[in-house]
Amino acid sequence: MNEARSQILGSIRRALKRGPLPPEKAAAIEARLRDPKPNLIPARAGGEAKAVIELFSTMAEGAAATLTRVKSAREVPGAVAEYLASQNLPAAFVMAPDPELDAIPWSERPTLSIRRGKTEGADQVSVTGAFAAIAETGTLMMTSGPDHPSTLNFLPETHVVVLPASKVVGPYEEAWTRLRAKHGGSLPRTVNFVTGPSRSGDIEQRLLMGAHGPRRLHVVLIEG
Amino acid sequence: MQSTTRAFKANVRKAIVEPGLQKALGMMKTGFQVRRLAAVEKLPEFEQLRDQARDIKNHVLENLDFYLERFERKVTEAGGKVHWCRSAEEAREAILGICRGVGAKTVTKGKSMIAEEIALNDFLEEEGIEPIETDLGEYIIQLRGEPPSHIIAPAIHLNKTDVIDAFQKAHTHLDPNRPMEEPTALLEEARGVLRPKFLAADVGITGANFMIAETGSTIIVTNEGNGDLTQILPKAHVVLASLEKLVPTFEDAATILRLLARSATGQEFSVYTTVSTGPRRPDDLDGPAEFHVVLLDNGRSDILGTEFQDMLRCIRCSACLNHCPVYATVGGHAYGWVYPGPMGAVLTPTLIGIEESGHLPNASTFCGRCESVCPMRIPLPKMMRHWREREFERHLSPPSVRAGLAFWAWFAKRPRLYRLATGLAARLLGLFGRAHGRYGWLPLASGWTRGREFPAPEGQTFMSQWRKRSRA
Ligand code: SF4
Repeated sequence: MNEARSQILGSIRRALKRGPLPPEKAAAIEARLRDPKPNLIPARAGGEAKAVIELFSTMAEGAAATLTRVKSAREVPGAVAEYLASQNLPAAFVMAPDPELDAIPWSERPTLSIRRGKTEGADQVSVTGAFAAIAETGTLMMTSGPDHPSTLNFLPETHVVVLPASKVVGPYEEAWTRLRAKHGGSLPRTVNFVTGPSRSGDIEQRLLMGAHGPRRLHVVLIEG
Repeated sequence: MQSTTRAFKANVRKAIVEPGLQKALGMMKTGFQVRRLAAVEKLPEFEQLRDQARDIKNHVLENLDFYLERFERKVTEAGGKVHWCRSAEEAREAILGICRGVGAKTVTKGKSMIAEEIALNDFLEEEGIEPIETDLGEYIIQLRGEPPSHIIAPAIHLNKTDVIDAFQKAHTHLDPNRPMEEPTALLEEARGVLRPKFLAADVGITGANFMIAETGSTIIVTNEGNGDLTQILPKAHVVLASLEKLVPTFEDAATILRLLARSATGQEFSVYTTVSTGPRRPDDLDGPAEFHVVLLDNGRSDILGTEFQDMLRCIRCSACLNHCPVYATVGGHAYGWVYPGPMGAVLTPTLIGIEESGHLPNASTFCGRCESVCPMRIPLPKMMRHWREREFERHLSPPSVRAGLAFWAWFAKRPRLYRLATGLAARLLGLFGRAHGRYGWLPLASGWTRGREFPAPEGQTFMSQWRKRSRA
C-alpha cells in the first residue's frame, strides 16, 4: 500500500514536472485551508431576515416539501398532530433526543405517542430539529450526534422537522460557517443537506416520489 | 468491465434499429435538456460560477499531490483510513480486505461509476460476497445483468415493460398477478424488496462526488436517499473515489454543487447532499463503525500534464451526454465501456487506450453542444480532435482513411488543379442531379449515402461563388 502511495504521488509530481510542493507554496495553501473564503454567492441568497425566510419557504415548497407556520414553540404539538391527522397517519412518532425538542410542551397533546431515540425502520413518522435551513434552495441541514441520529432522516416514511426561524440562513456557506463555529475542527460524522422528499426518475424519466427515503417532508416553522 | 468498444460500429448498427431503445432515448430532449435550461435561467450567476468552478479544479490539479496528502491526514485524524490504489485490481483487493475484516456476507452499493470501472460486482460475487445495487436504476440493470447506459440515469435505455419483466423474474416471492402497470407500483416494490437488504448489509459502498481536503470529508449527492441508507446502516462505509474528486474546502464544493444538479437533472439542488467525515463518534446513536476511502488512480495521474488534463475537471454531471446528438441516437451501451457520450469519448481512450477505443473520438459531429453545456468548461471537441491526431500519428486509423487523406492533401496543395477539379465535379453533379435534387448513391461515398441522401450542388463551388460576389 505504501508503495502504491509513493508511486501515485511520484507519478503526479512527474506529470507536473516538479518535486514536492516548495514550503512557501504549501504554507500558502495551508493558510487558505485554515481560513476558507467563500466564492461567488448568488444574489438570491442575500436579503433581509424576513425575505430570507420567505425564500426558504418558497424554495422548500418548490422542492415538494410542505410547511406550516406557528407563532411559538407552544403551538408545535398542535401543528404536528394536525399534520399527521391530515395525512391519515397515526398520532405516534419517534423523536430525536434533542434538548430543543424536549423543551416543547408535548404533554399538552396527550394523544401524541412519542418515543425518543434512533429508528430501525419500524417507525412511520420521525420528528427532528435541524442545525440550519438554507433559503437559497429550500434546504434543511441536519447534523448527526447524540441529539440527532441520522436514521431518523431516512428510514421513516414521513419526516417532520421543527425549525425555529432563527436557524434560516441565506446561502450554504453561512450555514457551514455556523457549523465550524460550533464544532471547531472536528465535524459531526454526517451532515445531511435535505431538499424535499426522496424521489427517483429512473423509470422512463418520470418523477416518482418516495424512493428509499421519506415520501413526505414537512417543516413546522416557528416564527417569532 | 469488459470493453466492447472495438465493436462500436456494430453496436451502433444494432442500436439505431432497436425500437425500444429509440423510444426510450426519444424522451431525453423533453426531459434533461428542457429542465437544465430552465434551471440555468433561474440563476443569473451561472456563467460566473462556471469560471470559478473551472479555476478551483485547475488549482487542485496543479497541486494534486499536496491536496491528496492533506486529505489523507484529515481522514486519519477523523478515525478513517485511506487506501491508495494504483489499479482496478488493487482497489478490488482493498475492498475485499475491508469486507473480510467485518465478515461481510452482503454489501449494499450506492451508485458509483468507479465501481463499474473496476468491475467490482463480478469480483465480489466470485469471492462469495453478494453486492446489492440500491439506486433504482442500478438495481434494475443489475437484475437484467447489464451495465449502465448513462452516468446518472443508468436504466435510461429501458421502458416500463422491461422493468416489469425484470421484477416478475426476480421477485418470485410476490404474487405473479399483482398490478404493475403504474410506475409508482414498481418503485414501491423495489423499495419493499430493498429495505431489508439495507438493514442486513455488513458493508456499504458509495462513490464520492467530492472529497474535501480541509476536513477529510467525502460528499455524495443523490435523489433517492439510497446512498445514505447505504452508508449509515452497515458496520463499515467504504467510499470509492478517484484522485481528481478533491476540492480544497466546503466553500469550493458549494460552488460546484450549485452547478451540478442544475446541469444534470435541472434541479435547483439534489434532494440529498451528504457530507461524511470519519466513522461514528463514541456518543452517536447510529452510523458506521468504520470509514474507508479507497482512492483510485487507474491511469489518472498519467493524464495530468497532457493535453487531456482538463478532462480531470469532470464532475460526471452528464450534461454533455444529454445534449449529444450521437448519444441520443445510439444510446450508452454502443460506446462499449463505462463512460459514454462526449465525456466518454475523451476519457475512455485515456483509461483503456486509443487502440481499444479509437472509434469513440470519431463518433462526433463536432456540433460543440457538449462544450457549451459543460459546467466545468471542458473543451471536449478539442480533446476529441487531439485523439484523432494521435490516432493518425500512430497509424491507427484505417488504411482507406489514410490513403484518402493523403490524396486529398496532395490535391489541396495544388490550388489551381483543386479548383479545376472541384469546379468540374460540382458542375457535373449539378447537371446530373438536377432532376432529383439529390443523390441516393455516389461512388466512393457509399458509407455516407447509406443512411442519408447527398444534396445535388447548384452547379458552382463555394469558392467561385465567393469570388463572383466580392467582384460585384
Ligand atoms: S464533461 Fe462536463 S458536461 Fe460532461 S459529464 Fe463531465 S462535467 Fe458534465
